[in-house]
Amino acid sequence: MIIKQLSVFLENRTGRLTELTGILAANDINISAFSIADTADYGILRMIVGRPDAAAEILRKAGFAVKITDVVGMIIPHRPGGLHKALQLISDNNVAIDYMYAFASGECKATVVIRAESLQKLIDVLQEHKMELLQQGDVYQV
Amino acid sequence: MIWNKQYECMEREELLKLQGERVASMVKRVYDSVPFYRKKLQEKGIEPGDIRTIDDLKKLPFTTKQDLRDNYPFGLFTVPQTDIVRIHASSGTTGKSTVVGYTHNDIQMWSEVVARSLSMAGIGKSDMIQVAYGYGLFTGGLGLHYGAEKVGATVIPISGGNTKKQLQLMEDFGSTVLACTPSYAAYLGEALVEEKIDPKNIKLKAGVFGAEPWTEEMRSQIEQLLGIKAYDIYGLSEIIGPGVSMECHCQKGMHIFEDHFIPEIINPESGEVLPYGELGELVFTPATKEAMPLIRYRTRDLTRLHADRCECGRTLVRMEKCVGRSDDMLIIRGVNVFPSQIESVLLEMSETKPHYLLVVDRENNLDTLEIRVEIEEQFFSDEIKELEGLRKRIKANISSILGISATIRLVEPGTIERSMGKAQRVIDNRKIK
Repeated sequence: MIIKQLSVFLENRTGRLTELTGILAANDINISAFSIADTADYGILRMIVGRPDAAAEILRKAGFAVKITDVVGMIIPHRPGGLHKALQLISDNNVAIDYMYAFASGECKATVVIRAESLQKLIDVLQEHKMELLQQGDVYQV
Repeated sequence: MIWNKQYECMEREELLKLQGERVASMVKRVYDSVPFYRKKLQEKGIEPGDIRTIDDLKKLPFTTKQDLRDNYPFGLFTVPQTDIVRIHASSGTTGKSTVVGYTHNDIQMWSEVVARSLSMAGIGKSDMIQVAYGYGLFTGGLGLHYGAEKVGATVIPISGGNTKKQLQLMEDFGSTVLACTPSYAAYLGEALVEEKIDPKNIKLKAGVFGAEPWTEEMRSQIEQLLGIKAYDIYGLSEIIGPGVSMECHCQKGMHIFEDHFIPEIINPESGEVLPYGELGELVFTPATKEAMPLIRYRTRDLTRLHADRCECGRTLVRMEKCVGRSDDMLIIRGVNVFPSQIESVLLEMSETKPHYLLVVDRENNLDTLEIRVEIEEQFFSDEIKELEGLRKRIKANISSILGISATIRLVEPGTIERSMGKAQRVIDNRKIK
């Protein structure tokens, strides 16, 4: 249920992200989702990749500061109100979210990647309400 | 313990008189025997007879490191080679190495000042001193060695490196004093922990550390790791080597052995002599040196001198730890800033390492300072609020210690150039001159 997310510190420099995607491509690592949190000088790239441990090692060797963070992938219906219903559930149960980003997978489903203060509590709440969770096998490359 | 009360506790009046006599006789010697100095004095219209008291010292021209290079290797020696008993040379990180020579009496004088230094740290006959400074052309090893023998301590001339052996002898022989560079002392301290050596088996009580700049934070780190009191010793080969000045147990600055090495503090720009208590460049005239006395040698080290009497009873002036080198001082919005101060702030914070670059610029007639600091992977948080918090803490510490506001820019690890010698720490884009 817990998915490993890769976070990378990136300076705001033209071409820096391209260097990173180039390295991942050359090493046959698939990116399922990503987001960038940015400030004036730097950004944090967060991504869900096919082989997180290998990708972290490869990026470190290339000189990037990399961190592996646990996140949860929550699968919701891809239609109006789908996200709202899920978030209502989370906030009703007092789970604080640090950050989140989403990607629509196919026509009827969307996945929301969530990093929360207490990941276990989030999982418990979601499971209790029969919400579908992203499994490692859905995104990890074999 | 005071090794030489006569000179270390001399009344000021008497000391100034002695310094005047020594300078006068030294100027005469170099005028007669060193063509470089004769020419330099003649150009200024100075005859040896014009220098009679210590007040006349300021009339004399300065000597710089460049002068030593121009006269490489033996051009500034005042005595024939038959009287030279030893040569030392400094590593030439920025050009040719600097060569210095010693007569038999110079070696005696050097042993004397190192003996005074060691006595300040309470080191004597009952001590076993592990000299882990390098032996060789560098003055550290042999300088400490002769002084330690003079106080009657047992010397272990192990020289630098070979950490396992250092620890083994420390444990087996029961060394009570360690003499080396502060960075090596910290390294040995960490190695002690790693090798899981029981601190009870280590009898060290004091450390005599010098030959490179170090901070108070580093002092407490070393003291804690090795369970000792760490003393700062200062010196440079051009003047004699280690033993130009040393901290007493009060640790309120290093006492300069002024009967041999006459100190002045000058404004590095104008050359004007500054009063006690003011920050400026340290200048030495080693008046009693026989082989290679220098007139007003500019050390490039920046510090202050204090002449108020020390509780230890010595009357010798004290110099503060050097805050930097006059050639790397920056003036930002009128405030003097040394890269070493910034380094010290970063070292104090557990989340940062001293890998940094200062970028100075001028926008709308106002100086700007940007400090680029590398992110440590260990402390890299993937949350913006954490990273911004770190940035704010660095900014606040810089502002409270240096009194200037700086822009902090976090950069990727390994992007700031590393150097084994002198690192490039500053980019000054201002075009003022």
